[in-house]
Amino acid sequence: MPDLDQLTPEQYRTRYLALQEAARARAAATPALPAGMDALPPERIHKTASIPAGWYLALRLKRFDTIRIGNPAGTPGAALFLWNADDTSERYNAGDTVKLQWTTRLTTGRVLFSDMGRVLASITADSGAGHDSIIGPNSPAQTAGRNGRDNLRLAAAKFGLTRQDLGPALSLFSKIATDDAGRFHYLGGPPAGAVVTLRAEQNLLVALSNTPHALSPIQEATGPIDIAIAHTPPGPDDLCRHFTEEAVRGFVNTDEVFSA
Amino acid sequence: MSILSDVTVAARAPYSATLKAGQSMRIIDLDGQQAVDALFYNPHDPSERYSAQDTLAAQAMAGGKFYLETGAVLRSNEGRKMLTLVADSCGFHDTNAGACSCESNTVRFGHETRFMHACRENFLVELAKYGMGKRDLVSNVNFFMNVPIRPNGELTVDDGVSKPGGYVELRAEMDVLVLISNCPQVNNPCNGFNPTPIRIIIADK
Repeated sequence: MPDLDQLTPEQYRTRYLALQEAARARAAATPALPAGMDALPPERIHKTASIPAGWYLALRLKRFDTIRIGNPAGTPGAALFLWNADDTSERYNAGDTVKLQWTTRLTTGRVLFSDMGRVLASITADSGAGHDSIIGPNSPAQTAGRNGRDNLRLAAAKFGLTRQDLGPALSLFSKIATDDAGRFHYLGGPPAGAVVTLRAEQNLLVALSNTPHALSPIQEATGPIDIAIAHTPPGPDDLCRHFTEEAVRGFVNTDEVFSA
Repeated sequence: MSILSDVTVAARAPYSATLKAGQSMRIIDLDGQQAVDALFYNPHDPSERYSAQDTLAAQAMAGGKFYLETGAVLRSNEGRKMLTLVADSCGFHDTNAGACSCESNTVRFGHETRFMHACRENFLVELAKYGMGKRDLVSNVNFFMNVPIRPNGELTVDDGVSKPGGYVELRAEMDVLVLISNCPQVNNPCNGFNPTPIRIIIADK
């Protein structure tokens, strides 16, 4: 192995372009979700709950618990933030999540990274309503009503955490795109029945808020967010653990913590 | 206008300074194509700090773009104005891709890059001087860093477009603690694969 601090600019560029090419091939191979993949095995579901419009839950997930998050009425967004329950200084990192996977399109097969190069959760199934971690949840700048920023802080507070412990969050059920000129577009609210399932890859503290995306023209939640949780360890052919080279390396870092 | 401070920050090195409201900071990319990672805090209560999402949400609602250019207002996690980008020779500054770390480098570039210097190493050393730590490491601005988000959602770090002598100037709208990492990354094009020094000038109005 050559000394990586001593390569020439051309050598560094060659390494980077090879990684970029692999990432583009993976993005083109994003799988379509087979029907029914979002269902949890009913006999394994140990918790269900419904979050009323405008409210939030502070939840704990064990490693390999899967949470199915359903949006039966198509409310325009649900704010999410995650911490490692065993060390809350490790938490969801939006920048790393999009940079390490070379994409802002977070859907089936992708993972949510912490600031420590480890995976917090995998997106094991997604109906494709879109999830945004660039602009994110709404705040008092958009509404005088209940909002994502304050709800995430409230959920954090239930774990003894403060605004210091929150960074950029994820807004589920929020379809955003940029155009060629670099401007943002909100591509309409999610369909009724949208669903996403996340598998915890570490023990997690979860803040989940039933509040809209910051760019939604509708700034009050219009229906419930339903959750169900089941313990479902990944099988040997698990999609998320093998979908990208970056995820494989992220899981090496993650599993190391639990292998002692 | 009077110059309060004029320093050269070595390649790969950290830097920090506190601006009083109304003071300005000019960051000069001496040799071109050098990413400059920056964090901002309210020095009187650092739990109020720069928020990329508050900044971009306000910018998007006004029809703005996914990057920062002249006129951009950098906002805190309370939605307050911290700084305004008042002058800029580059036209493109990122706030989505975060700062590099040893840990994220292992994922992005392979485990063989684990022991290479990274921006978050600079930030943690500099944060410690103010009694802060990893919980205070939040979203940042990457001045002079070219990170397109394409219509298909792809996000890449592309070649920098900043020329030698390129600059950006920020006016503090409140008292602001500024932390900078002169980015040491060589595994992507953000520094032209060759980290170089920058110059930072602080001036009174």
